[in-house]
Amino acid sequence: MWSFSHIANNLHEWLSKTFNPTMTLIIEMVLAGVAVIGLFAALGLVLVIMERKVSAWIQIRLGPNRVGPKGMLQSLADTLKLLVKEGLTPNGADKLLFNLAPFVAMIVAMLLMAPIAFAKDFQLWDLNIGVLYVSAVSSIMVISILMAGWASNNKYSLMGAMRSGAQIVSYELSAGLSILAVVVMTGSLQVSDIIHSQANGWWIFKGHIPMVIAFVTFIIAITAETNRAPFDLAEAESELTAGFHTEYSGMKFALFFLAEYVNVFIVCAIGATLFLGGWMPFHIGNWTGFNHVMDYIPSSVWFFGKTFFLIFVIMWFRWTFPRLRIDQLLNLEWKYLLPISMINLLIVTAMAILGWHF
Amino acid sequence: MFITKYIKDVYKGVRSLLVGMKRTLYYFTHHKEIITQQYPDNRDTLVLPERFKGEVVMPHNENNEHRCTGCQACELACPNGTIKVIFKNELTPEGKKKKAIDKLVYHLELCTMCNLCVEACPSDAIKMAQTFEHSVFDRNELTKILNNPGSKIMEGVE
Repeated sequence: MWSFSHIANNLHEWLSKTFNPTMTLIIEMVLAGVAVIGLFAALGLVLVIMERKVSAWIQIRLGPNRVGPKGMLQSLADTLKLLVKEGLTPNGADKLLFNLAPFVAMIVAMLLMAPIAFAKDFQLWDLNIGVLYVSAVSSIMVISILMAGWASNNKYSLMGAMRSGAQIVSYELSAGLSILAVVVMTGSLQVSDIIHSQANGWWIFKGHIPMVIAFVTFIIAITAETNRAPFDLAEAESELTAGFHTEYSGMKFALFFLAEYVNVFIVCAIGATLFLGGWMPFHIGNWTGFNHVMDYIPSSVWFFGKTFFLIFVIMWFRWTFPRLRIDQLLNLEWKYLLPISMINLLIVTAMAILGWHF
Repeated sequence: MFITKYIKDVYKGVRSLLVGMKRTLYYFTHHKEIITQQYPDNRDTLVLPERFKGEVVMPHNENNEHRCTGCQACELACPNGTIKVIFKNELTPEGKKKKAIDKLVYHLELCTMCNLCVEACPSDAIKMAQTFEHSVFDRNELTKILNNPGSKIMEGVE
Protein backbone atom coordinates (compact mmCIF):
# COMPACT_ATOMS: atom_id res chain seq x y z
CA MET A 1 0.00 0.00 0.00
CA TRP A 2 1.13 3.54 -0.77
CA SER A 3 2.43 5.40 2.29
CA PHE A 4 5.11 7.85 3.38
CA SER A 5 7.03 5.24 5.34
CA HIS A 6 7.01 2.94 2.29
CA ILE A 7 8.56 5.64 0.10
CA ALA A 8 11.11 6.53 2.80
CA ASN A 9 12.15 2.89 3.24
CA ASN A 10 12.47 2.26 -0.51
CA LEU A 11 14.58 5.39 -0.87
CA HIS A 12 16.78 4.33 2.02
CA GLU A 13 17.30 0.85 0.55
CA TRP A 14 18.14 2.21 -2.86
CA LEU A 15 20.58 4.76 -1.43
CA SER A 16 22.24 2.12 0.76
CA LYS A 17 22.75 -0.13 -2.25
CA THR A 18 24.15 2.65 -4.41
CA PHE A 19 26.37 4.61 -1.98
CA ASN A 20 28.48 3.88 1.09
CA PRO A 21 26.87 4.46 4.57
CA THR A 22 28.40 7.94 5.13
CA MET A 23 27.29 9.16 1.72
CA THR A 24 23.82 7.69 2.30
CA LEU A 25 23.53 9.57 5.59
CA ILE A 26 24.62 12.86 4.02
CA ILE A 27 22.23 12.48 1.09
CA GLU A 28 19.37 11.60 3.42
CA MET A 29 20.09 14.64 5.57
CA VAL A 30 20.08 16.90 2.51
CA LEU A 31 16.84 15.34 1.30
CA ALA A 32 15.23 15.82 4.72
CA GLY A 33 16.35 19.45 4.79
CA VAL A 34 14.96 20.07 1.31
CA ALA A 35 11.71 18.36 2.28
CA VAL A 36 11.39 20.56 5.40
CA ILE A 37 12.06 23.73 3.40
CA GLY A 38 9.56 22.61 0.77
CA LEU A 39 6.99 21.93 3.49
CA PHE A 40 7.67 25.41 4.92
CA ALA A 41 7.03 27.07 1.58
CA ALA A 42 3.86 25.06 1.02
CA LEU A 43 2.63 25.74 4.56
CA GLY A 44 3.29 29.46 4.20
CA LEU A 45 1.24 29.63 1.00
CA VAL A 46 -1.60 27.45 2.25
CA LEU A 47 -1.91 28.96 5.73
CA VAL A 48 -1.84 32.57 4.52
CA ILE A 49 -4.65 32.02 2.04
CA MET A 50 -6.52 29.95 4.64
CA GLU A 51 -6.23 32.70 7.23
CA ARG A 52 -7.37 35.37 4.80
CA LYS A 53 -10.37 33.33 3.68
CA VAL A 54 -11.34 32.34 7.24
CA SER A 55 -11.02 35.93 8.47
CA ALA A 56 -13.06 37.22 5.54
CA TRP A 57 -15.89 34.74 6.03
CA ILE A 58 -15.98 35.33 9.78
CA GLN A 59 -16.13 39.09 9.21
CA ILE A 60 -18.88 38.71 6.55
CA ARG A 61 -16.51 39.65 3.73
CA LEU A 62 -15.51 37.86 0.55
CA GLY A 63 -11.74 37.88 0.99
CA PRO A 64 -9.22 37.58 -1.84
CA ASN A 65 -11.09 36.62 -5.01
CA ARG A 66 -9.19 38.07 -7.98
CA VAL A 67 -5.88 36.20 -8.41
CA GLY A 68 -6.44 32.71 -9.78
CA PRO A 69 -9.56 30.59 -9.28
CA LYS A 70 -11.52 32.00 -6.31
CA GLY A 71 -8.44 34.00 -5.30
CA MET A 72 -6.48 30.87 -4.39
CA LEU A 73 -3.23 32.17 -5.91
CA GLN A 74 -3.29 35.39 -3.87
CA SER A 75 -0.60 34.26 -1.43
CA LEU A 76 1.64 33.25 -4.36
CA ALA A 77 1.36 36.78 -5.74
CA ASP A 78 2.07 38.22 -2.28
CA THR A 79 5.18 36.06 -1.94
CA LEU A 80 6.41 37.24 -5.33
CA LYS A 81 5.88 40.83 -4.23
CA LEU A 82 7.82 40.27 -0.98
CA LEU A 83 10.66 38.56 -2.86
CA VAL A 84 11.30 41.52 -5.15
CA LYS A 85 11.03 44.13 -2.40
CA GLU A 86 14.13 45.69 -0.86
CA GLY A 87 15.19 44.30 2.51
CA LEU A 88 16.02 47.58 4.21
CA THR A 89 18.34 47.83 7.23
CA PRO A 90 17.83 51.08 9.19
CA ASN A 91 20.90 53.26 9.86
CA GLY A 92 20.62 53.18 13.65
CA ALA A 93 20.07 49.43 13.83
CA ASP A 94 22.50 46.84 15.11
CA LYS A 95 23.30 45.41 11.68
CA LEU A 96 24.34 41.90 12.74
CA LEU A 97 21.51 41.18 15.17
CA PHE A 98 18.97 42.85 12.91
CA ASN A 99 19.83 40.60 10.00
CA LEU A 100 20.28 37.52 12.15
CA ALA A 101 16.91 37.64 13.95
CA PRO A 102 14.67 36.41 11.09
CA PHE A 103 16.98 33.47 10.48
CA VAL A 104 16.95 32.52 14.17
CA ALA A 105 13.16 32.52 14.00
CA MET A 106 13.27 30.25 10.94
CA ILE A 107 15.88 27.91 12.39
CA VAL A 108 13.83 27.45 15.57
CA ALA A 109 10.82 26.57 13.45
CA MET A 110 12.94 24.08 11.48
CA LEU A 111 14.34 22.45 14.65
CA LEU A 112 10.79 21.96 15.89
CA MET A 113 9.96 19.91 12.80
CA ALA A 114 12.29 17.10 13.87
CA PRO A 115 10.18 15.10 16.36
CA ILE A 116 6.82 15.50 14.62
CA ALA A 117 5.32 12.27 13.27
CA PHE A 118 3.67 13.18 9.96
CA ALA A 119 2.39 9.70 9.21
CA LYS A 120 2.74 6.14 10.46
CA ASP A 121 6.48 5.41 10.98
CA PHE A 122 7.35 8.64 9.20
CA GLN A 123 9.32 10.90 11.49
CA LEU A 124 12.62 12.73 11.15
CA TRP A 125 13.96 11.99 14.60
CA ASP A 126 12.12 9.88 17.17
CA LEU A 127 14.21 10.89 20.18
CA ASN A 128 13.28 9.58 23.62
CA ILE A 129 12.59 13.04 25.09
CA GLY A 130 10.61 14.36 22.11
CA VAL A 131 8.03 16.34 24.08
CA LEU A 132 10.65 17.92 26.34
CA TYR A 133 12.67 18.80 23.23
CA VAL A 134 9.69 20.57 21.68
CA SER A 135 8.88 22.63 24.76
CA ALA A 136 12.55 23.52 25.23
CA VAL A 137 13.27 24.53 21.65
CA SER A 138 10.04 26.47 21.18
CA SER A 139 11.20 28.83 23.97
CA ILE A 140 14.16 29.89 21.82
CA MET A 141 11.63 31.64 19.60
CA VAL A 142 11.47 34.47 22.14
CA ILE A 143 15.18 35.14 21.63
CA SER A 144 14.67 35.93 17.96
CA ILE A 145 11.80 38.27 18.84
CA LEU A 146 13.84 40.04 21.54
CA MET A 147 16.77 40.22 19.11
CA ALA A 148 14.63 41.81 16.42
CA GLY A 149 13.07 44.25 18.87
CA TRP A 150 16.36 45.32 20.42
CA ALA A 151 18.35 45.56 17.20
CA SER A 152 15.72 47.66 15.40
CA ASN A 153 16.52 50.69 17.60
CA ASN A 154 12.84 51.60 17.56
CA LYS A 155 10.62 52.11 20.58
CA TYR A 156 7.69 50.23 19.09
CA SER A 157 9.87 47.25 18.31
CA LEU A 158 11.42 47.20 21.76
CA MET A 159 8.06 47.43 23.51
CA GLY A 160 6.63 44.68 21.35
CA ALA A 161 9.63 42.47 22.06
CA MET A 162 9.46 43.05 25.82
CA ARG A 163 5.76 42.24 25.89
CA SER A 164 6.42 39.13 23.88
CA GLY A 165 9.08 38.09 26.38
CA ALA A 166 6.75 38.49 29.38
CA GLN A 167 4.04 36.64 27.52
CA ILE A 168 6.03 33.64 26.34
CA VAL A 169 7.80 33.17 29.67
CA SER A 170 4.50 33.07 31.55
CA TYR A 171 2.47 31.00 29.10
CA GLU A 172 5.25 28.43 28.75
CA LEU A 173 4.27 27.28 32.25
CA SER A 174 0.68 26.33 31.57
CA ALA A 175 1.61 24.84 28.19
CA GLY A 176 4.21 22.72 29.95
CA LEU A 177 1.82 21.64 32.70
CA SER A 178 -0.87 20.58 30.23
CA ILE A 179 1.73 18.65 28.22
CA LEU A 180 2.77 16.99 31.49
CA ALA A 181 -0.80 15.73 31.93
CA VAL A 182 -0.39 13.63 28.78
CA VAL A 183 3.12 12.57 29.78
CA VAL A 184 1.83 11.39 33.17
CA MET A 185 -0.89 9.32 31.49
CA THR A 186 1.48 7.81 28.92
CA GLY A 187 4.52 7.41 31.12
CA SER A 188 6.82 8.38 28.27
CA LEU A 189 8.24 11.51 26.65
CA GLN A 190 8.77 9.79 23.30
CA VAL A 191 6.43 10.98 20.58
CA SER A 192 5.93 7.54 19.03
CA ASP A 193 5.10 6.04 22.46
CA ILE A 194 2.53 8.76 23.10
CA ILE A 195 0.90 8.08 19.74
CA HIS A 196 0.88 4.30 20.23
CA SER A 197 -0.71 4.70 23.66
CA GLN A 198 -3.73 6.23 21.91
CA ALA A 199 -4.42 3.23 19.67
CA ASN A 200 -7.63 2.38 21.56
CA GLY A 201 -8.84 5.99 21.90
CA TRP A 202 -7.43 9.47 21.92
CA TRP A 203 -6.35 10.97 25.23
CA ILE A 204 -8.97 13.69 25.05
CA PHE A 205 -11.64 10.95 25.21
CA LYS A 206 -9.81 8.46 27.42
CA GLY A 207 -8.80 11.01 30.06
CA HIS A 208 -12.31 12.25 30.94
CA ILE A 209 -12.84 15.90 31.94
CA PRO A 210 -9.32 16.61 33.33
CA MET A 211 -7.87 15.85 29.90
CA VAL A 212 -10.38 18.17 28.23
CA ILE A 213 -9.34 20.92 30.66
CA ALA A 214 -5.68 20.20 29.88
CA PHE A 215 -6.47 20.40 26.15
CA VAL A 216 -8.26 23.75 26.49
CA THR A 217 -5.40 25.14 28.61
CA PHE A 218 -2.93 23.90 26.03
CA ILE A 219 -4.80 25.57 23.16
CA ILE A 220 -4.96 28.89 25.06
CA ALA A 221 -1.28 28.68 25.98
CA ILE A 222 -0.11 27.89 22.44
CA THR A 223 -2.21 30.73 21.05
CA ALA A 224 -0.32 33.02 23.43
CA GLU A 225 3.03 31.43 22.65
CA THR A 226 2.68 31.93 18.91
CA ASN A 227 1.79 35.60 19.51
CA ARG A 228 -1.57 35.42 17.81
CA ALA A 229 -4.70 37.38 18.66
CA PRO A 230 -6.23 37.67 21.26
CA PHE A 231 -2.66 37.56 22.63
CA ASP A 232 -0.92 39.47 19.84
CA LEU A 233 0.49 42.16 22.13
CA ALA A 234 3.91 41.70 20.57
CA GLU A 235 2.57 43.00 17.25
CA ALA A 236 -0.56 44.91 18.29
CA GLU A 237 -0.89 46.79 15.01
CA SER A 238 -3.27 49.35 16.51
CA GLU A 239 -0.84 50.30 19.31
CA LEU A 240 2.69 49.46 18.13
CA THR A 241 2.31 49.66 14.32
CA ALA A 242 3.76 46.16 13.91
CA GLY A 243 5.64 45.48 17.15
CA PHE A 244 8.94 43.69 16.82
CA HIS A 245 8.91 43.60 13.02
CA THR A 246 8.12 47.29 12.48
CA GLU A 247 11.48 47.97 10.82
CA TYR A 248 11.59 44.83 8.70
CA SER A 249 10.74 44.78 5.03
CA GLY A 250 10.91 42.48 2.05
CA MET A 251 12.11 38.94 2.55
CA LYS A 252 13.28 39.52 6.14
CA PHE A 253 9.74 40.44 7.08
CA ALA A 254 8.48 37.48 5.08
CA LEU A 255 10.70 35.15 7.12
CA PHE A 256 9.11 36.39 10.35
CA PHE A 257 5.70 36.05 8.80
CA LEU A 258 6.48 32.53 7.59
CA ALA A 259 7.97 31.58 10.97
CA GLU A 260 4.76 32.66 12.68
CA TYR A 261 2.63 30.44 10.45
CA VAL A 262 5.02 27.51 10.62
CA ASN A 263 5.02 27.83 14.41
CA VAL A 264 1.24 27.76 14.41
CA PHE A 265 1.39 24.58 12.33
CA ILE A 266 3.96 23.00 14.64
CA VAL A 267 2.18 23.74 17.91
CA CYS A 268 -1.07 22.51 16.40
CA ALA A 269 0.72 19.36 15.25
CA ILE A 270 2.03 18.86 18.79
CA GLY A 271 -1.47 19.42 20.18
CA ALA A 272 -2.89 16.92 17.68
CA THR A 273 -0.17 14.42 18.61
CA LEU A 274 -0.63 14.71 22.35
CA PHE A 275 -4.40 14.98 22.68
CA LEU A 276 -5.91 13.84 19.38
CA GLY A 277 -3.72 10.84 18.66
CA GLY A 278 -1.39 12.19 15.93
CA TRP A 279 -1.67 9.96 12.87
CA MET A 280 -3.70 7.39 14.84
CA PRO A 281 -7.14 6.82 13.26
CA PHE A 282 -10.30 7.38 15.28
CA HIS A 283 -10.87 4.16 17.21
CA ILE A 284 -13.63 3.33 19.65
CA GLY A 285 -12.76 0.63 22.22
CA ASN A 286 -13.67 -2.80 20.85
CA TRP A 287 -15.78 -1.89 17.83
CA THR A 288 -13.63 -3.94 15.44
CA GLY A 289 -15.73 -3.23 12.32
CA PHE A 290 -15.75 0.52 12.87
CA ASN A 291 -12.04 0.59 13.72
CA HIS A 292 -11.26 -1.41 10.58
CA VAL A 293 -13.11 1.09 8.36
CA MET A 294 -11.21 3.96 10.02
CA ASP A 295 -7.90 2.22 9.33
CA TYR A 296 -8.52 2.54 5.58
CA ILE A 297 -8.04 6.32 5.77
CA PRO A 298 -4.28 6.97 5.37
CA SER A 299 -2.43 8.04 8.52
CA SER A 300 -1.09 11.22 6.90
CA VAL A 301 -4.66 12.32 6.14
CA TRP A 302 -5.56 11.82 9.80
CA PHE A 303 -2.54 13.80 10.97
CA PHE A 304 -3.05 16.74 8.60
CA GLY A 305 -6.80 16.71 9.18
CA LYS A 306 -6.41 17.04 12.95
CA THR A 307 -3.66 19.63 12.63
CA PHE A 308 -5.62 21.78 10.23
CA PHE A 309 -8.68 21.50 12.44
CA LEU A 310 -6.66 22.90 15.36
CA ILE A 311 -5.24 25.61 13.10
CA PHE A 312 -8.79 26.55 12.14
CA VAL A 313 -9.72 26.74 15.83
CA ILE A 314 -6.82 29.09 16.49
CA MET A 315 -7.80 31.28 13.52
CA TRP A 316 -11.37 31.22 14.78
CA PHE A 317 -10.07 32.57 18.13
CA ARG A 318 -8.10 35.24 16.36
CA TRP A 319 -11.02 36.67 14.41
CA THR A 320 -13.53 36.43 17.26
CA PHE A 321 -11.86 37.80 20.38
CA PRO A 322 -10.54 41.30 21.05
CA ARG A 323 -6.94 41.79 22.16
CA LEU A 324 -6.12 41.60 25.88
CA ARG A 325 -4.24 44.30 27.74
CA ILE A 326 -0.89 43.30 29.22
CA ASP A 327 -2.28 43.21 32.80
CA GLN A 328 -5.29 41.15 31.71
CA LEU A 329 -2.94 38.82 29.87
CA LEU A 330 -0.79 38.19 32.92
CA ASN A 331 -3.87 37.93 35.16
CA LEU A 332 -5.30 35.24 32.93
CA GLU A 333 -2.10 33.22 33.13
CA TRP A 334 -1.08 33.60 36.77
CA LYS A 335 -4.51 33.77 38.42
CA TYR A 336 -6.52 31.40 36.27
CA LEU A 337 -4.64 29.12 33.87
CA LEU A 338 -1.72 28.23 36.14
CA PRO A 339 -3.72 27.29 39.29
CA ILE A 340 -6.28 25.43 37.19
CA SER A 341 -3.67 23.45 35.29
CA MET A 342 -1.75 22.67 38.51
CA ILE A 343 -4.85 21.24 40.21
CA ASN A 344 -5.70 19.51 36.96
CA LEU A 345 -2.27 17.91 36.84
CA LEU A 346 -2.79 16.65 40.41
CA ILE A 347 -6.11 15.05 39.42
CA VAL A 348 -4.58 13.54 36.29
CA THR A 349 -1.74 12.07 38.36
CA ALA A 350 -4.24 10.54 40.79
CA MET A 351 -6.18 9.13 37.84
CA ALA A 352 -3.03 7.65 36.31
CA ILE A 353 -2.00 6.02 39.60
CA LEU A 354 -5.45 4.63 40.33
CA GLY A 355 -6.00 3.63 36.71
CA TRP A 356 -9.21 5.62 36.28
CA HIS A 357 -8.96 5.86 32.54
CA PHE A 358 -9.75 3.56 29.64
CA MET B 1 -16.85 33.55 49.34
CA PHE B 2 -13.66 33.83 47.29
CA ILE B 3 -13.72 30.42 45.69
CA THR B 4 -17.33 30.64 44.47
CA LYS B 5 -16.59 34.04 42.90
CA TYR B 6 -13.52 32.55 41.25
CA ILE B 7 -15.48 29.65 39.76
CA LYS B 8 -18.29 32.00 38.73
CA ASP B 9 -15.77 34.26 36.98
CA VAL B 10 -14.30 31.35 35.04
CA TYR B 11 -17.75 30.07 34.09
CA LYS B 12 -18.95 33.49 32.96
CA GLY B 13 -15.77 34.14 30.99
CA VAL B 14 -15.86 30.81 29.18
CA ARG B 15 -19.56 31.19 28.46
CA SER B 16 -19.24 34.66 26.95
CA LEU B 17 -16.30 33.53 24.80
CA LEU B 18 -18.35 30.58 23.55
CA VAL B 19 -21.25 32.89 22.67
CA GLY B 20 -18.87 34.98 20.55
CA MET B 21 -17.43 31.90 18.88
CA LYS B 22 -20.91 30.60 18.08
CA ARG B 23 -21.76 33.86 16.32
CA THR B 24 -18.57 33.90 14.24
CA LEU B 25 -19.03 30.22 13.35
CA TYR B 26 -22.50 31.12 12.12
CA TYR B 27 -21.05 33.82 9.88
CA PHE B 28 -18.28 31.47 8.75
CA THR B 29 -20.73 28.82 7.60
CA HIS B 30 -23.48 31.11 6.23
CA HIS B 31 -22.03 32.84 3.18
CA LYS B 32 -25.36 34.42 2.29
CA GLU B 33 -24.74 36.92 5.11
CA ILE B 34 -21.77 38.41 3.23
CA ILE B 35 -22.39 42.14 2.74
CA THR B 36 -19.47 42.97 0.44
CA GLN B 37 -20.56 44.23 -3.00
CA GLN B 38 -18.40 43.56 -6.05
CA TYR B 39 -18.76 47.19 -7.07
CA PRO B 40 -17.43 47.78 -10.57
CA ASP B 41 -18.72 44.39 -11.69
CA ASN B 42 -22.28 44.81 -10.43
CA ARG B 43 -22.60 48.48 -11.33
CA ASP B 44 -25.86 47.90 -13.22
CA THR B 45 -27.54 45.87 -10.48
CA LEU B 46 -26.04 47.72 -7.52
CA VAL B 47 -28.49 48.06 -4.62
CA LEU B 48 -27.55 50.68 -2.05
CA PRO B 49 -28.94 50.76 1.48
CA GLU B 50 -31.88 53.10 1.98
CA ARG B 51 -29.97 55.45 4.28
CA PHE B 52 -26.88 55.71 2.05
CA LYS B 53 -25.73 59.35 1.87
CA GLY B 54 -24.26 60.32 -1.50
CA GLU B 55 -24.88 64.07 -1.97
CA VAL B 56 -27.44 66.75 -1.07
CA VAL B 57 -30.16 67.34 -3.66
CA MET B 58 -33.33 69.43 -3.75
CA PRO B 59 -36.33 67.56 -5.17
CA HIS B 60 -38.60 69.47 -7.56
CA ASN B 61 -42.11 68.52 -8.57
CA GLU B 62 -43.40 68.45 -12.18
CA ASN B 63 -44.20 72.20 -12.15
CA ASN B 64 -40.57 73.01 -11.32
CA GLU B 65 -41.44 73.91 -7.77
CA HIS B 66 -39.35 73.21 -4.68
CA ARG B 67 -40.11 73.43 -0.97
CA CYS B 68 -37.24 75.72 0.10
CA THR B 69 -38.30 78.88 1.96
CA GLY B 70 -34.80 80.21 2.27
CA CYS B 71 -34.79 80.08 6.07
CA GLN B 72 -31.02 79.40 6.18
CA ALA B 73 -31.38 76.65 8.77
CA CYS B 74 -29.24 74.37 6.60
CA GLU B 75 -26.58 77.03 6.17
CA LEU B 76 -26.38 77.50 9.94
CA ALA B 77 -26.41 73.78 10.64
CA CYS B 78 -23.57 72.99 8.25
CA PRO B 79 -20.32 72.56 10.21
CA ASN B 80 -17.99 73.44 7.33
CA GLY B 81 -19.78 76.06 5.25
CA THR B 82 -20.87 73.79 2.45
CA ILE B 83 -24.21 75.51 1.78
CA LYS B 84 -24.73 79.18 0.87
CA VAL B 85 -28.21 80.62 0.40
CA ILE B 86 -28.45 83.58 -1.97
CA PHE B 87 -31.68 85.60 -1.85
CA LYS B 88 -33.70 87.65 -4.25
CA ASN B 89 -36.76 89.78 -3.56
CA GLU B 90 -39.95 88.77 -5.27
CA LEU B 91 -43.12 90.79 -5.56
CA THR B 92 -46.30 89.03 -4.62
CA PRO B 93 -49.48 89.75 -6.68
CA GLU B 94 -50.57 92.13 -3.89
CA GLY B 95 -47.46 94.20 -4.44
CA LYS B 96 -45.73 93.11 -1.25
CA LYS B 97 -42.04 92.28 -1.17
CA LYS B 98 -41.32 88.65 -0.41
CA LYS B 99 -37.97 87.05 0.29
CA ALA B 100 -37.19 83.95 -1.80
CA ILE B 101 -34.10 82.02 -2.74
CA ASP B 102 -32.22 82.92 -5.86
CA LYS B 103 -29.62 80.19 -5.63
CA LEU B 104 -28.87 77.50 -3.08
CA VAL B 105 -25.16 76.94 -3.65
CA TYR B 106 -23.82 73.57 -2.56
CA HIS B 107 -20.07 72.86 -2.44
CA LEU B 108 -19.76 69.12 -2.87
CA GLU B 109 -15.99 69.28 -2.41
CA LEU B 110 -16.47 70.54 1.18
CA CYS B 111 -19.35 68.25 2.11
CA THR B 112 -18.76 65.38 4.54
CA MET B 113 -22.24 63.87 4.07
CA CYS B 114 -23.03 64.37 7.77
CA ASN B 115 -26.76 64.81 7.09
CA LEU B 116 -27.07 67.74 9.55
CA CYS B 117 -28.56 70.08 6.93
CA VAL B 118 -31.24 67.57 6.02
CA GLU B 119 -32.15 67.15 9.67
CA ALA B 120 -32.19 70.92 10.23
CA CYS B 121 -34.53 71.68 7.30
CA PRO B 122 -38.02 72.51 8.66
CA SER B 123 -39.81 72.07 5.32
CA ASP B 124 -38.10 68.93 3.95
CA ALA B 125 -36.73 70.83 0.97
CA ILE B 126 -33.44 68.95 0.70
CA LYS B 127 -32.55 65.29 0.99
CA MET B 128 -29.63 62.92 0.52
CA ALA B 129 -29.33 61.25 -2.89
CA GLN B 130 -27.79 57.84 -3.52
CA THR B 131 -25.41 58.88 -6.29
CA PHE B 132 -21.80 58.43 -5.31
CA GLU B 133 -19.63 58.53 -8.46
CA HIS B 134 -18.59 62.15 -8.00
CA SER B 135 -15.20 62.28 -9.74
CA VAL B 136 -14.80 65.14 -12.21
CA PHE B 137 -11.82 66.66 -14.02
CA ASP B 138 -12.58 70.28 -13.06
CA ARG B 139 -13.20 71.16 -9.44
CA ASN B 140 -15.59 73.96 -10.46
CA GLU B 141 -18.07 71.25 -11.43
CA LEU B 142 -18.31 70.31 -7.78
CA THR B 143 -19.94 73.63 -6.88
CA LYS B 144 -23.58 72.94 -7.61
CA ILE B 145 -26.73 75.04 -7.57
CA LEU B 146 -29.42 72.91 -6.09
CA ASN B 147 -32.56 74.72 -7.25
CA ASN B 148 -33.41 74.40 -10.96
CA PRO B 149 -33.30 77.60 -13.04
CA GLY B 150 -36.66 79.35 -13.01
CA SER B 151 -38.01 77.27 -10.17
CA LYS B 152 -40.16 78.79 -7.47
CA ILE B 153 -41.49 77.79 -4.09
CA MET B 154 -44.34 75.34 -3.86
CA GLU B 155 -47.78 76.63 -2.86
CA GLY B 156 -48.53 76.32 0.82
CA VAL B 157 -44.97 75.97 2.06
CA GLU B 158 -44.15 78.73 4.50
